[in-house]
Amino acid sequence: MARTQFREIEGRGGFYALLGMLVLVVLAGLGAAWYMEHNGHYVTGMSNRIVWGMPHVFAVFLIVAASGALNVASIASVFGREIYKPLTRLSGLLAMTLLAGGLSVLVLDLGRPDRLIVAMTNYNFKSVFAWNIFLYTGFFAVVALYLWTMFERRMNGHTGKAGLFAFFWRLVLTTGTGSIFGFLVAREHYNSALMAPLFIVMSFSFGLAVFMLVLMGVCRGAGRPLGDVLIKRLANLLGVFVAAVLYFVLVYHLTNLYVTRQHEVERFILVSGGVYTALFWIGQIMVGGIVPLALIFAPRASRIRSALAAACVIAGGMAQLYVLIIGGQAYPQAMFADKEVASSFFDGVVAAYTPSLPEILLGTGGTALALALTIVALKVLPFVPQSLADAEVESSAA
Amino acid sequence: MSLGRREFLGWGAAATAGAALAPVINLVELAQARSPVEAASALRRWGLLIDITKCADCDDCVTACHNENGVSGNGRPETDAQWIRKVGLRDKRTGVAQTLPMMCQHCEEPPCVDVCPTGASFKRDDGIVLVDKHTCIGCRYCVLACPYGARSFIHETVTGQKPDVPRGKGTVESCTLCVHRVDRGDAPACVEACNRDGGKAMLFGDLNDPSAEIHRRLHSEPSTQVRADLALNTGVRYQGL
Repeated sequence: MARTQFREIEGRGGFYALLGMLVLVVLAGLGAAWYMEHNGHYVTGMSNRIVWGMPHVFAVFLIVAASGALNVASIASVFGREIYKPLTRLSGLLAMTLLAGGLSVLVLDLGRPDRLIVAMTNYNFKSVFAWNIFLYTGFFAVVALYLWTMFERRMNGHTGKAGLFAFFWRLVLTTGTGSIFGFLVAREHYNSALMAPLFIVMSFSFGLAVFMLVLMGVCRGAGRPLGDVLIKRLANLLGVFVAAVLYFVLVYHLTNLYVTRQHEVERFILVSGGVYTALFWIGQIMVGGIVPLALIFAPRASRIRSALAAACVIAGGMAQLYVLIIGGQAYPQAMFADKEVASSFFDGVVAAYTPSLPEILLGTGGTALALALTIVALKVLPFVPQSLADAEVESSAA
Repeated sequence: MSLGRREFLGWGAAATAGAALAPVINLVELAQARSPVEAASALRRWGLLIDITKCADCDDCVTACHNENGVSGNGRPETDAQWIRKVGLRDKRTGVAQTLPMMCQHCEEPPCVDVCPTGASFKRDDGIVLVDKHTCIGCRYCVLACPYGARSFIHETVTGQKPDVPRGKGTVESCTLCVHRVDRGDAPACVEACNRDGGKAMLFGDLNDPSAEIHRRLHSEPSTQVRADLALNTGVRYQGL
């Protein structure tokens, strides 16, 4: 078995141009956070009815994708698929950088971001949020340890154990993220134990899609050969994950459609919810589900199609989180059965929400931060193999 | 600017005196605080009983609450805070219309307290649900968790604050049951206003005290909790719903 040769990317002019662009987007995000913090959140599209908006769609996407990006490494270390082994380092790196991007969005959107230290020193252990603080910080430590066993030759023998632990941790982490919504009794669209497994399959799908695009981008930018064997494998796996997400979404809605009490909220999401209904059918189901499946499993698959499928999964995933997070709040809370409700506080009506520029800039800033951290890491440490050409990959897997 | 020796000594003495006095000022605050024996006690459970058959088509309770607590709007209804609001109900089948005041229901098992990551949302021993403004980080998870839509996030700089009711941009707040008045032995502002100017629909008292009128009525007349299916055992009860 040939040993995979890893090497830092060279990072010449194009690298600095890309890094410069990413830094500008990060700065725009920081500016947006400052603007929101300075004026208060009334300058955003968020309100007392839609308290979590676009920043949370970005943050949850990045956090969910972070745990999913680690899957490629898990498949190699935990499930013993040697062909994925050259990809484990990049997989671990993306897991950490995407999480860092997502968390920075979440933290900078707080009403009092200056009180982060309070969140780190005062814990209510009944809060799913408080569990997540430990799960997120722990994830950094666990994945860093996992990466160390990969980089340090003397520790290579422990990669399997570290990988298993990281895999276990990431399942718990995504369960925690899903349960942020699943444990809310007050919201008809959230309160479901299915949220945890749904978020886990979403993470498999979104994380792999991001991983594929980054891998293709890095190999193209750094001039590293990338063979069709790996792309085809990754794309097929993505197809399975996309189908699994569709399955969980189907079961979730079928269950709700059977329960009379949930008919109104289902009608809202599936039929009468305006932008949420459109995003559900066109964004989440078509772009995020059916189109990528067609691109991946239709005859004559190509690299472009695989990349397009991954991009569709990301766009559909954002639409899915928008429908879930914002649609779930826009739908009026049921307080009085069989009554029409009205008040000056928008009871009984669908809450209005339009994403504002600062919210979007904060979200894109976090995304750019994740990518900037990734490419800087690629330049300083050997994360990417010299070659992922078919012959190399197959010989190292042999 | 140069400082002479005499001036330096003068300022130094003033600073020392200031530093020495500061703790004394703290002591004054402490001396004015309630003694441990008067602290909020789990033997009590403060609550409200609202008879909506008497709830008039007025908003005296809302006005009184917002005056008492310094809650004022900025002409932005979507982001302005509301601690109490009048909710109009209309039966979908019979068309019968009703109106009632809705505010924090001071649950015995408050979902907002469960979800708060820092413990800023808390329930006092006497059942009043509050937000500690010093540890609220403004994550708004409690706003999502509240089944009654009772909480507001402070979307902009607060002006006209009342000394008894500290508020702050970037934190979450809701009805405190006028805890500052309750601790003085008074009823919440909404109850006082309703009984003075409104339909005399609101009754405040200790749900655990057998001699209290609220206790007597809750034990002899039918009443309901909003979203009783959630089994939160609310401190605010309604009649005529």
